Amino acid sequence: MSLKIVTANRLRDGAVVYLAGSARWSERLRDARRATDAAETDALLAAAERAVAAQEVVAPYLIDVVQADGTIHPVGTREIIRASRGPTIKPPVGSFRQDESHV
Amino acid sequence: MYRYDEFDHRFVAQRVEQFRDQVQRRLSGELSEDEFKPLRLMNGLYLQLHAYMLRVAIPYGTLSAKQMRKLAYIARRYDRGFGHFTTRQNIQYNWPKLNEVPDLLADLAEVEMHAIQTSGNCIRNVTADHYAGVAGDEIEDPRVYAEMIRQWSTLHPEFSFLPRKFKVAITGSPNDRAAVRVHDIGLRMVTNEAGEPGFEVIVGGGQGRTPIIGATIRKFLPKQYLLSYLEAILRVYNMLGRRDNIYKARIKILVKETGAEKFAELVEREWQAIKDTPVDLPDAEVERIAAYFAPPAYQTLGAYQPSFEEQRLADRDFAAWVRSNVAAHKQPGYSIVNISLKPEGGVPGDASADQMDLVADLADRYSLSEVRVSHMQNLVLPDVRQTDLYDLWQALVEGELATANIGLLGDIIACPGLDYCNLANARSIPVSQRIGRRFADLKRQHDIGELTLNISGCINACGHHHVGHIGLLGVDKKGEEFYQITLGGRRDEQASVGRIVGPAFSTDQVVDAVETIVNTYLDRRVDADERFIDTVGRIGLEPFKEDLYATH
Repeated sequence: MSLKIVTANRLRDGAVVYLAGSARWSERLRDARRATDAAETDALLAAAERAVAAQEVVAPYLIDVVQADGTIHPVGTREIIRASRGPTIKPPVGSFRQDESHV
Repeated sequence: MYRYDEFDHRFVAQRVEQFRDQVQRRLSGELSEDEFKPLRLMNGLYLQLHAYMLRVAIPYGTLSAKQMRKLAYIARRYDRGFGHFTTRQNIQYNWPKLNEVPDLLADLAEVEMHAIQTSGNCIRNVTADHYAGVAGDEIEDPRVYAEMIRQWSTLHPEFSFLPRKFKVAITGSPNDRAAVRVHDIGLRMVTNEAGEPGFEVIVGGGQGRTPIIGATIRKFLPKQYLLSYLEAILRVYNMLGRRDNIYKARIKILVKETGAEKFAELVEREWQAIKDTPVDLPDAEVERIAAYFAPPAYQTLGAYQPSFEEQRLADRDFAAWVRSNVAAHKQPGYSIVNISLKPEGGVPGDASADQMDLVADLADRYSLSEVRVSHMQNLVLPDVRQTDLYDLWQALVEGELATANIGLLGDIIACPGLDYCNLANARSIPVSQRIGRRFADLKRQHDIGELTLNISGCINACGHHHVGHIGLLGVDKKGEEFYQITLGGRRDEQASVGRIVGPAFSTDQVVDAVETIVNTYLDRRVDADERFIDTVGRIGLEPFKEDLYATH
């Protein structure tokens, strides 16, 4: 079986997050807990559903990742862009409120 | 401009508080996501790839300078300092936080704005000709009717749960700048033999998965019957439109399957039942609304302004900008100024908060405090004295808003694509930037002449690729981004859907392919006056196919 992790969007601000522990979500893909078989995958999804019920995240789902260079990488353009935490292009530069959670 | 009455103020304020309560209940767990999602969508709040996205309505694309300044404030206070003007004349913010959206909406309400009717299966924010009220070819200002439709459609109890979303576009001119033939309902003002103004009513146009040019179901509708006739159309659609299949739920499918003639009969029957009931507005109410759109007090100026002509002769860059970005105004001595949101290497439709503030200041100084948003993702200052054009242009140059490419190849329309959108299959913005860089030489763009290039990142066609002279559709081929090219689409009064030229091109190939198409046109055009779209019409797709695929 390919390596899988669970991703979702955080309810409060919509940020892309990855299930890192049984009840911990991280904005960094490399922190994600990996599943290598069906039982582990089921456990990840069950943990994700508990987070949905606890109003932490929205719409969790499994994605494939590959292991390389000592870490994991998402498969497919969509998940690569999500994992990069922003568009692949440079948005216009404007003065705006500095916000820790956006950095 | 229209100003809210007491009802409007109360209704929008109530809506903000209602949503504040809904957000609170969502965050506390009282509402599940399934329960909350339709509520947030009714308030324009989507969940996209990286974050929430809020789509704010700009009714018929008209904004005051004060409203534009508020949009800038919101970009700074609640977002990352920029916003994205869309092909539906709205603005989208890409990074609002759910818990802050109620405050954001309360700030918007202070300037008579909201995010209602920007999502969901309702009658969406009405779009109109961005030159409304100032175009020389106009019969009447369509915004009067757009505003009537806004008031009629907002929270219309019968039409809040339609089979699918519903988009109305309106133009008061014979030259269609509002793409009325590719909307669920398109309204084009015409005059009858007696010289009375009314509407040609076009139904069942649309893009997306099934692009269709709308059919005229009534050549002339006396304008006083606009709302009852629209109500009749919506009733027929609401009763007969399909709800079992999302891909077949738009009115275009119903009109296609029923036949335009039969559909017109159904509407006629329904209309006769409600015509001359209070659905249509009394004259006094029409006049009340029309008064908000009365022409401003223009100065009496000559059509020939010597200082403007001298500046044009003295400064070639200014002259080039005037040629592409300045349009004729109905009032002698005035001009319509298009502000390009398509700088080379930029993101089509994006504006920073600083740029929004600058446009608001320039509108106050030079354009009677009014701004328009075009469905080409640009901004418009509608009322500029020709003698002010040179000063305005210099200020726009300072703000990096003076790219002289309106209507030219660099004026690319692109949806947010896979850089932001949850539905997209491929990116749109990077391709638009690469094409922009390839054709960065503005002289070359002016030599090529009028050419619309539209890019959509998926079949939903938010980039309107079907009606671009050159259309690019992003597709996913085994995890790789590819782009299918269509040629010959147009959104004007001779609207047509572009035809696929052949197999899709990879990301690496697509910019070369566009250049090949442009070169084929340059080689084949009769002379510099023959526009790209006319050459395609004359020679067909074959020569383009030969040049594109001969070496593949």
